[in-house]
Amino acid sequence: MNALRLPAGGRIDRSTTYEFTFNGQRLTGHPGDTLASALLAHGIHRTGTSIKLGRPRGIAAAWAEDPNGLIQIEEPFPEPMLLATTVELTDGLTARGIPGQGRLADVPDSARYDARHSHADLLVIGAGPTGLCAALTAARAGARVVLVDEQSEAGGYLLGSTDRIDGGPALDWVAAATAELAGFADVLHLQRTTAFGHFDDGFVLALERRTDHLGTPTHVLGGETAPPHKSRQRVWRIRARHVLVAAGAHERPVVFSDNDRPGIMLAGGARTYLHRYGVLAGRDVVVFTTNDSAYAAAVDLADAGARVHAVVDARAATPAAWVQKCVRRGIPVRAGRLVTGTEGVERITAVAVAGERIPCDLLLVSGGWNPAVHLFSQAGGTLRYDGGLGAFVPGEERDGVSVAGGAAGVAELGGCLADGRRAAEGALGGLGFVPVDSPSPVAEAHVDGQPSLVLWRVADGDQRTQFVDLQRDATVADIACAIGAGMRTVEHVKRYTTIGTAHDQGKTSGVLASGIAAELLGRPVGELGTTTFRPPYTPVAFAALAGRDRGSLFDPERTTAVHAWHVARGAVWEDVGQWKRPRYYPLPGEDMEAAVLRECAAVRGGVGILDGSTLGKIDVQGPDAAEFLNRLYTNMIATLKVGSVRYGVMCGADGMVIDDGTVLRLAGDRFLVYTTTGGAAAVLEWMEEWLQTEWPDLRVYLTSVTEQWATFPVVGPRSRDVIGTVFPDVDVSNAAFPFMTWRDTVLGSNRSGHDASTPRSARGGRPAPDQDVPVRLARVSFSGELAYEVNVDSWYARAVWERLVAAGERHGITPYGTETMHVLRAEKAYPIVGQDTDGTVTPHDLGMSWAVSKKKPFFVGKRSFHRADNQRADRKQLVALLPVDRNLFLPEGSQVIEGPSVPEPPIPMLGHVTSSYRSAALERTFALALVKAGRTRIGETVHVPVAGALVPVEVAEPVVFDPEGARRDG
Amino acid sequence: MQLITCPYCGPREEAEFHYGGQAHVPHPADPGSLSDEEWAHHLFFRDNPRGPFAERWVHALGCRRWFNAVRDTVSYRFHHIYRLDQARPETP
Amino acid sequence: MTADLLARSGPLQSWTDRFAALPDTVQVVATPHVAMADLRVDPAGPAAADVAGFLGVDLPTAPSTYVETDSVRVIWLGPDEWLVTSPFRAPRALEAGLRDAVAGRGAVVDVSGQRTTLGLAGANARDVLSGGCAIDLHPAVFRRGAAAQTLLGLTGVVLVALDDTATSYEILVRSSFAPYLASWLLDAATEHTPT
Repeated sequence: MNALRLPAGGRIDRSTTYEFTFNGQRLTGHPGDTLASALLAHGIHRTGTSIKLGRPRGIAAAWAEDPNGLIQIEEPFPEPMLLATTVELTDGLTARGIPGQGRLADVPDSARYDARHSHADLLVIGAGPTGLCAALTAARAGARVVLVDEQSEAGGYLLGSTDRIDGGPALDWVAAATAELAGFADVLHLQRTTAFGHFDDGFVLALERRTDHLGTPTHVLGGETAPPHKSRQRVWRIRARHVLVAAGAHERPVVFSDNDRPGIMLAGGARTYLHRYGVLAGRDVVVFTTNDSAYAAAVDLADAGARVHAVVDARAATPAAWVQKCVRRGIPVRAGRLVTGTEGVERITAVAVAGERIPCDLLLVSGGWNPAVHLFSQAGGTLRYDGGLGAFVPGEERDGVSVAGGAAGVAELGGCLADGRRAAEGALGGLGFVPVDSPSPVAEAHVDGQPSLVLWRVADGDQRTQFVDLQRDATVADIACAIGAGMRTVEHVKRYTTIGTAHDQGKTSGVLASGIAAELLGRPVGELGTTTFRPPYTPVAFAALAGRDRGSLFDPERTTAVHAWHVARGAVWEDVGQWKRPRYYPLPGEDMEAAVLRECAAVRGGVGILDGSTLGKIDVQGPDAAEFLNRLYTNMIATLKVGSVRYGVMCGADGMVIDDGTVLRLAGDRFLVYTTTGGAAAVLEWMEEWLQTEWPDLRVYLTSVTEQWATFPVVGPRSRDVIGTVFPDVDVSNAAFPFMTWRDTVLGSNRSGHDASTPRSARGGRPAPDQDVPVRLARVSFSGELAYEVNVDSWYARAVWERLVAAGERHGITPYGTETMHVLRAEKAYPIVGQDTDGTVTPHDLGMSWAVSKKKPFFVGKRSFHRADNQRADRKQLVALLPVDRNLFLPEGSQVIEGPSVPEPPIPMLGHVTSSYRSAALERTFALALVKAGRTRIGETVHVPVAGALVPVEVAEPVVFDPEGARRDG
Repeated sequence: MQLITCPYCGPREEAEFHYGGQAHVPHPADPGSLSDEEWAHHLFFRDNPRGPFAERWVHALGCRRWFNAVRDTVSYRFHHIYRLDQARPETP
Repeated sequence: MTADLLARSGPLQSWTDRFAALPDTVQVVATPHVAMADLRVDPAGPAAADVAGFLGVDLPTAPSTYVETDSVRVIWLGPDEWLVTSPFRAPRALEAGLRDAVAGRGAVVDVSGQRTTLGLAGANARDVLSGGCAIDLHPAVFRRGAAAQTLLGLTGVVLVALDDTATSYEILVRSSFAPYLASWLLDAATEHTPT
C-alpha cells in the first residue's frame, strides 16, 4: 500500500506499523512519520478543499510553513486546525481534512496542561546546525543553556538533506552534539518545543508537546504510552539573559496561475519527505526554481527513482555544477523559463512552460528562502529588506538578542556552523563567560553557483487563480483590488485581503504579498516593508495557555478559619473578591428569600452571629500613628481615646470615598484599622504610598493582620446575654462597656487535642507553654442592633466560634450570611463602598457630612470638597426608595426617572438603584439609590422602569428602620 | 512580562509590581491656597511624554517598597531605577 | 474544666491524609502554629542590636535572605522589616520579648495567625515550584539562607530554601490562601505521581 515509500532510508521505524484513518480511509504508516509523510507514502496529496472557493488542496510543505493541509483530529481526542505536516503519526489516529475550520470537542478535555519557569544565560531557539553549534559553544563555556527545537529530533534542515560534516553524515555530528549537550547538568535541551513568543527582557514562551507522539494506552503496539499523569503540553516560560534566534529559513514559493493544485509543493519539502521519511512525493517531477537550492531536490529525487522531466530555472544564467549533475541524470534544464500554468483537478497532471506542456504528478517550487525572523521581530527588532535574498533580515543589533544562521540570511551549511559559534561567543562575552578552545565542525565544500533571482510571481494568465495566500484563497487579483481601493501600505493590504491572517500567519505568503503589492504600486519592496510579526509563531491551544489555572485553581478561593463550619452548616456562598463568604444558611426547603427573611428577623428579634473575618485589618504603630491616620481619614482620629472605636471614611485626593471601616485605638501609639473585605490590599497599599512617598518623616509602621484576627459580630438584642456567658470576666453592661468602645479579655487555651501535632525539634526546642488566649470585644454595629464584635487570634477562631454558638443556643442564636448583613445595614443606610459608591461619591453625597472633620486643617481629599463640582446642588445623593407597591422589588442597577410617563429620548436620568432588598422588619421591599438632589426630593414620587413597566416609588430618608437609633444599646 | 529591578529585591517579574503614575509630583503643601484650577491641575493632569518618563512603582508582592524609575514610554525600557531618597538621575 | 479550654485549629488540618498520599519525590507537610512576629526597626540603630541580643543572631540585611538559630528564624522582608518565626516559642512570648528589645524604637506585631507554613521536600520539589514561581530556583542562586517574597501559582508567598540541593523548602502563605496553595501543590504533584 505504501507505494511511494522507498524500501530503505529515512528516520522512520519500519519494524512497527501503525494503522490510521484519514478522510475515512484506513491507511498505515510508521513511527517517525508525520500524518503528511504517511499520506504521501500512499500517494495522497489532497487533504481537503479550500475555504472560499472549494478548490482541492494538498500538502504543500513539510512543516509549519504549509499554508494548506489543515486537518481535524477525531481520535484519540478531537482537536481542530492542526497541520498534517506537524502531527506525528500514532497508532489509531483518526483525522480528516477541513476547509479552514474545525470543531472543538463537545466533552471536557481530560488531558493535563502545565507550565514551567526556566532561567538561562543563553536561550538558543532552533537545534539545526547553527543552534547546535551555538549551544555547544555556550555549554562548554559553562553557561546555563536552554535549547529548544520544534521538531521531534534535533538537526533542523539537516534532517532533510544529505549534507556531511567532519567527513561523515551530518546527522552523526548532530547525534554527537546532542549527546555532548546531554552531559551538561545546566543544559536543558527540549525537542518538540516551539518558541512561539518573544517578549521583553529575554522572556520567551515555548510550547512543548510532551505525550501525543507516545500514543494512547488503547492504541499502542509496543513501547511507551502517554502516561495520563504527565501533562500533554507544557508552556515553558523561559527568562534568558541572552536569546539567540537560530530558527532557520522558510522556503518561499513563486506565484503563478493555478499554483494551488494538490501535488504542487515546496522543493525543500519534497527533499525532507525523501530523506527524513523515505517517501517519494511524486514519480513524475517538474522543478521550478529561481535559485540553486531546488537543484538538490531534482537530483535527489532522480537518484531515488523519480522521473524528473525538467528543471525550469527562471534565471538565464544557470549554475554550471548543478546543471552538470542534472545532465548526468538526464534531467533537462530549461534556463530563463517560467511556469505559466498547471492542469489537473484532484492532483496536478501537467505544467505549462512557455507554451510547452509537461505532464507530471509533482511540481516542486522554490522562489528563495525567507529567514525566520519572527521571533526577532516580535521582540521589537526592526527588519531590513535584502535585495539579494529577496527577503527581510534583521536590520539592527539589539541588546540581549542575536540572530544567526539561516534566520540571519546565511545560506550554506559551513556558514551556519560558523555563525552559530560566532553568535554564541559574542553573547558569552557580554555575559562574562570565556569560550573554551575547541575544534569547529567542518562542512563539506559548498557547490559554487549563481545568484538567486527575486521573482514574486509569473504575470501570465488569470490573476484570480494566482494564489498568494492559499489558506485564505487570496490571489494577486485581491491584492490588485486592495490597491485599487486605495490601500497603500502592506498593513492595509493585509487587512483588506486577509493575506497572512490564517493559521500559518503568512509564513509563505507574507513576503510575496509585500513583493507583489510593491510591484503593482511601482514602489521598492524595501520601502513598503512587511507586516508586523506577532505571537504566537504557530497556533497554541487555549488549554495550554490556561495550564493548571482552571477549575478550582482558576482563581484562588480565600477561606476564613471557620470555613469548614460553614460548609457543614450548608452555607450558600457569595464570592466577595476572592473570598468565599456564607451568603445565607438555608434550612431544608428554604430559598434565599425565605432564609434571609428568617435570618433578619432572628437578628432583630434575638441574636445572630456572622463570620466577619474577611474584613481587612491593618496594625498601625509608631509615635506618629495618630497624626498619620488623622491625615488619611476624613474625620478626627487623633482625639480618639485608648479603648474607644471610631467609624472612619477614607477618600481619595479627589474627595471621593474609597473605603470605610472602624478604627480602634489600642494605645497612644497604636491603632487597629478595619477596612472593607474587598479593599484590604488596596487600602494598605494606599497607606504605604502616602507614608513612603509623601510623609517619610512620620514614624509609622503598617502591618496587615487580616488573617491574624478572626472577627465574629454577635448581633441582636440578646447578644449581651451570649457575650456575658462566654466572657464572664467582662462587664457587658452599657455603662461599663458603652457603644464604640472595646475591651480585651482572655480565654483559657487547651494544648491537648489538635496540639498533639505541635512539631518538636530535633534541635532541642520546646513547645510553647500553655497560656490564655486573648480576645478583643468591640461594641460596634453594622445593623443598628446591640452588637459585640468578637476578635480572636485565628488559631483559636473555630473554638471560639463554636463556644459562641453553643452559648447562644438557648437564645436561639442564628448564624447569618452576607445577604442578611446587607439587608440589615441597608435598613440603616450604612453604605457599602463599591456598591452604593462608584468612585464619584463623596461622604456628603452619602449623607455622612458628620464624618468629615471641619476642624482638621488637612486630610486627604479635603481641598476637593470645595471644588465647584462637589458643591453642585444636583449631585446624586443617597436616599431610600419605597415602592408604592410594598411587594415590588426594584432590581439593583435600575434607572430612576421623573415619570409618570416615559418622555421622548433622551430621557433625563435622575439616578439609579444601588441596593435593593426585602425588609423583614418593615414587611416591605425597599432600596437605596443615588438620586440627583435626592435629599430635596424626600417625600416626592419618582419612577423606575421594571420589566417594561414604569413603577412609582417614594423618595424617603435613607434610614428606613429605627431612625432614632433606639436599639443600639439593647 | 518585563523584568523590573526592585532597588531592594533585584530583578523580579512585572507581575509582582504595581504602577504608581508619574513621579516627582508632590502633594501640595497647602492645598487650601490653590485655586480650583490649580488644584484640578494637580489632581487630574499628568505628563505623557514620548520617551523617558519618571514614574513611581511599588514592589507590591515583594518587599512592599515604593521606588522611582525612569522608563522610556516608547521602548518600555527602564533606564534608571532609584530609591525614593535618591535624586532623579540626569536623563538626555 | 475541659469545657473552659480552647483547642487550636489550622487551615490545613483536614489535608493531612492527602499530603501523606504524595510520592516520596514531592513531600508536603503542613506545620501549623508557628509563632511569627513582624519586626520593624532601623537596621543600623541601637534597637537592631538589642533585638539581635534577644534573638541571639544579627538581623540579616541582605535582601531575600534569612538567618536562624536553634529556636528562631529571621527572614528579611524589607530594608527595615523582618519576619521572626519560631515553632518553639509562644506567639505572645515572642512578641513580648521583641517588643521589650525594640522598646518603642520601631514596631512589633504578632502575626502568628496571618500565615501558615508548608514544608515541601523531595527530588521534584524544585520542579513543583518552578511550575508556578518565576524566580530563579537554581541551587547555585536560591539555596539555604535564601528567602524570597514572590508569587507561587496565583498567591503571594515567602519561599524559604532549607538546603543547597533544591530539595527542601518552606512556604509561608497567607492563611486564607492556604487551602488554595495546598490544592495547587497536590495538583502539581500529579506530574510526579505515576498511576
